[in-house]
Amino acid sequence: MSAVSTLTGSQPPLQRERAVTIFQKGAPGRRAFRSPELDVPAGEGDELLPSRLRRSKPPALPEVSEPEIVRHYVGLSKRNFDLDSGFYPLGSCTMKHNPRLHERAAALPGHARLHPLQDAERAQGALELMFNLQRALAEISGLEHVCLAPSAGSHGELAGVLLTRAYHESRDEVRRKVLTPDTAHGTNPATVTMAGLEVVKLATNDAGGVDLDDLREKADSDVACLMLTNPNTLGLFDPNIEEIAQIVHGVGATLYYDGANLNAVMGLSRPGDMGFDIVHFNLHKSFTQPHGGGGPGAGPIAVSERIAPFLPPGQVVRGEDGTFAFAPAAPSSIGRLRGFNGNYGCFVRAYAYICSLGGDGLRDASETAVLNANYLLARLQQTVEPDVRSYLPLAYGQLCMHEFVLSGGPMRRALAIKTVDLAKRLLDFGFHPPTVYFPLLVEEALMVEPTETETKETLDAFADAVAAIIAEALKDPQIARDAPYSTPVRRLDEVAAAKRPVVRERPVVRERPAGNGHAAGHKHPGGHRR
Amino acid sequence: MTVEASYPEDLLYHPEHDWARIDAGLEEATLGITWYAQDALGEVVFFELPAVGSAVRKDEPYAEVESVKAVSDVIAPLSGEIIEVNGSVEQDPHVINTDPYGEGWLVRVRLSDPGEREALMDAGAYVASLGS
Repeated sequence: MSAVSTLTGSQPPLQRERAVTIFQKGAPGRRAFRSPELDVPAGEGDELLPSRLRRSKPPALPEVSEPEIVRHYVGLSKRNFDLDSGFYPLGSCTMKHNPRLHERAAALPGHARLHPLQDAERAQGALELMFNLQRALAEISGLEHVCLAPSAGSHGELAGVLLTRAYHESRDEVRRKVLTPDTAHGTNPATVTMAGLEVVKLATNDAGGVDLDDLREKADSDVACLMLTNPNTLGLFDPNIEEIAQIVHGVGATLYYDGANLNAVMGLSRPGDMGFDIVHFNLHKSFTQPHGGGGPGAGPIAVSERIAPFLPPGQVVRGEDGTFAFAPAAPSSIGRLRGFNGNYGCFVRAYAYICSLGGDGLRDASETAVLNANYLLARLQQTVEPDVRSYLPLAYGQLCMHEFVLSGGPMRRALAIKTVDLAKRLLDFGFHPPTVYFPLLVEEALMVEPTETETKETLDAFADAVAAIIAEALKDPQIARDAPYSTPVRRLDEVAAAKRPVVRERPVVRERPAGNGHAAGHKHPGGHRR
Repeated sequence: MTVEASYPEDLLYHPEHDWARIDAGLEEATLGITWYAQDALGEVVFFELPAVGSAVRKDEPYAEVESVKAVSDVIAPLSGEIIEVNGSVEQDPHVINTDPYGEGWLVRVRLSDPGEREALMDAGAYVASLGS
């Protein structure tokens, strides 16, 4: 895709109607579906529903035909950049392919139509699947006790920190502090705060791992937990993990494993063997549950023996007669985290993935993810024309695990373009940008995670695009500063989006044709400040 | 950002990228964040002011600043009691980006230990600490 031609060319057709919501389409009285005439007595209004419970005005719903609805939503979907459209190397998000077979499995009526209140006796298949998934996650993590209930990675984290708190309380200990490295995912400190504990930041050493001296200094009897991601967000495996575990356990604290980067080590190393007490899994990262859409999601947790008595209810157990059931909550449980026992469709997909690949396959997936990241890193760092490495050096280390972090600092000083400009320009080349400006300790950070499901050709094309953007900026940096050119919307006003997000359309209720009664119109422009 | 990097000579600097302008009588000071801090944060969208009368302690957070990239603590370079807050920064936090040493000042403090200023850096030392 050439940006220079689109600079002067006409705007793509999508852009012409970008402000049109479904409420602005259609016409009064238009319908996608008409129900047949009533062929039973209609009953009087009050008899069906008391007037105090009935609307006085009709709801403000869009009035559109079926083709309008279809085109509206297909149009919206085309404006999005998605994994099915192109390479999506968003660091620490593991945007791997979501196999279609899993959708077929999840759509089987026995799975899809299962009612959450179905009695256990008639849901044995589903319970067995959950039981087997618990066993598989226990094996992968090296921690015996699994609870599938948490509904997102962040929810699993919250469960983990609440479990830590319950564990210390059961020993009559009040511990207020949780250590998180300065490379930690933002959810870690957020979770700690939500759980009523206090965040203490740990420094990073020159090799990109936990600064052991800082850890020794801060580890005391007031520390409840150290939350760690290994490999961390710099894409580096911390080789001091045994010593870290010793220090943390030495002061009586727990060690928490943020499973966000599990895709680097499945079948290769297990958090339980490294000394972790609590792990959360992101089924949408490592285990191919589709990302996004606001859910439903799943963030199961696995814990060690000493934490198990505090788990939320909902573990599936197998009785002596071979039947499956939900175990009752232990008296020391932290209690329910949600209604019912998790988002079952996510479990089906994750279990399908684990069964399809098997132990060897999961290990292959992780090894290929690490290989792909190192190949892309080498391709970028070895590009001499232009000398990509001098503009985008690797922030820490030489090699990486499943992802790597480059610093755009030298590029900013030499070419006066920022990491955000490079990221926006990548969209014109058909790539979703990597994660930018995270982790915070790297200046102008660019965090790339290609995953195992991308081909060599894709990785080459991405490396070539980065090189082309730098070469182009050497001639004219303004091209990157004004990018993107080919997307339905250009640069967004991020300040306005943060300060005055318009998150709700206030539809205009339009006049209905005569005789249809109620007509009211009111419009509130703008939206709500959060 | 709209302004060039600058580090005025009449200010004292804290390694967490905060500045203090100490009044002649050494009793009161104005605090804010440096050009480097606002540049690293990116465009500031929210600033949560502390209450007048609350205490601030050197090296500890006294306010939060949120940009399009991150939420960060603002660290106090000196200890004391807050006697005035810049309400216009709450209304229009973007002035922290456009004028970090002027319109973008954050709070005024009555110092509890003016001697603490000895631990702060002058502009030259602060710029050297930023590297490159």
